[in-house]
Amino acid sequence: MNTLAIINRSTPFKGQAGQESVDLVLAAATFGQQVSVFFVDDGVFQLLTQSPAEVEQKHFAKSFGAFEFYDVESIYVCQKSLSQRGLSKSDLIIETEIVDENRLNQLLSQHHNVLSLS
Amino acid sequence: MLKHLSERWGVFVLGGSNLATISIIVTSPALDSQGAYSALRFIQATIEKGHSVNGVFFYQAGVTVANGFQTVLSDELALYEKWQDLAQQHKIPLQVCVTAANRRGVISHEDAQQDKNRHDHNLVSPFQSVGIGELVAMLNESDKSIQF
Repeated sequence: MNTLAIINRSTPFKGQAGQESVDLVLAAATFGQQVSVFFVDDGVFQLLTQSPAEVEQKHFAKSFGAFEFYDVESIYVCQKSLSQRGLSKSDLIIETEIVDENRLNQLLSQHHNVLSLS
Repeated sequence: MLKHLSERWGVFVLGGSNLATISIIVTSPALDSQGAYSALRFIQATIEKGHSVNGVFFYQAGVTVANGFQTVLSDELALYEKWQDLAQQHKIPLQVCVTAANRRGVISHEDAQQDKNRHDHNLVSPFQSVGIGELVAMLNESDKSIQF
């Protein structure tokens, strides 16, 4: 089976990147793809508590909670991106694995396909 | 991550004797970035080197490449026509995610008919309106994928 890494790199409501990433993760998982999700750069902001109604957007981050039901259990967050933004694991709304840059590169290189959404 | 990507790229370019089947994913907008043009040039180079491209999938802002209403001045690059020519010459499927496209006003004849107030459509052959599952199918039938 092919493995797919999806990297989220932008803030939650910058365009449609958040929603379209979730759509892609769930669709790929439905089609039997082994999917890993990475949050890097400003993408880590997607993992904070959100109030999307304030900006008339849908609450796409709710779908993060559904990932495990689609067998999407490999969720990684870039340690450096978090610390650069003054954030830590306790700020995040879902359970993730925090990884350093070396580990991040190593993980990405283990996937057949890598897609970056920003 | 850039290092990772350049390694992927490097392996592909230098390994000229190993012919590969490549999937292309375009998420850059048609006009406001160089991504869609780079993708086109990359595909041409890929084919010249003897590799094959099993499909192009347009997602996120990349769907705007498929907007058939794009109208450029006569002395400007006609990117839309270049994609048409590429698909015709090399029989490469150009697949457009229907949900991402509809959000951005890129609508097929079939979808336009769902709305009686809509009188025209701009997503036509060789571009195909497909579900996102087609991306997974495309990736499963290639050796490598490259995103622009």
